[in-house]
Amino acid sequence: MAFSPAAKRYNWRVVWLSLIYACLLIAAAYGFKHELVPNAFAYIVAVLPALPIIGIFAAIGRYLVEEQDEYVRMLMVRQTLWASGFALSLATAWGFLESFDLVGHWDGYWVAVAWFFGLGIGALANKLTLGETGSGC
Amino acid sequence: MLMENHLRVLRATRAWSQQDLAQRLEVSRQSVNAIETGKYDPSLPLAFRIAELFELPIEEVFVSPARHSSKAI
Repeated sequence: MAFSPAAKRYNWRVVWLSLIYACLLIAAAYGFKHELVPNAFAYIVAVLPALPIIGIFAAIGRYLVEEQDEYVRMLMVRQTLWASGFALSLATAWGFLESFDLVGHWDGYWVAVAWFFGLGIGALANKLTLGETGSGC
Repeated sequence: MLMENHLRVLRATRAWSQQDLAQRLEVSRQSVNAIETGKYDPSLPLAFRIAELFELPIEEVFVSPARHSSKAI
């Protein structure tokens, strides 16, 4: 399946942001582990790995704006709706389970992981209902 | 309720493949297939582009759901 120009740009953005994320995560983990991060900068350094992930969310938004093929764009919108529904439902249910001390604590960033997993569920839903997964995003 | 259309027949009369039509409309083959098979209703601008490409009024390409259901009655 050929990628649209917008999908190609999106894929490149995600590749670069993923690389930046890996670098920042390793650097932050190394810095905290070896106590190289001054207290004054601790909050900033801790948030650094989140920025490329936020960037990926922005890249998806940008893709939806740039994609000229309305059907392919609709497939991606459906995927993001599935992802949002899945991640929010999981986070809500987990929150209550955690409140009643039935499960252990999960760090908040797992919601983002669940959301990306939900994109896969959305692609599967597209495949089952429309016969197309989407643009490959 | 999705609209019915005559896209497959119109495309066949011109011996165009889905890919040919997609290139002329500047959309993906997926889009043409989805519209043809009634899985997706195009936006009004795309519907007009399709009608203009075939040099037909829009209602000769797409079947009005209201007219279609009244005929069914």
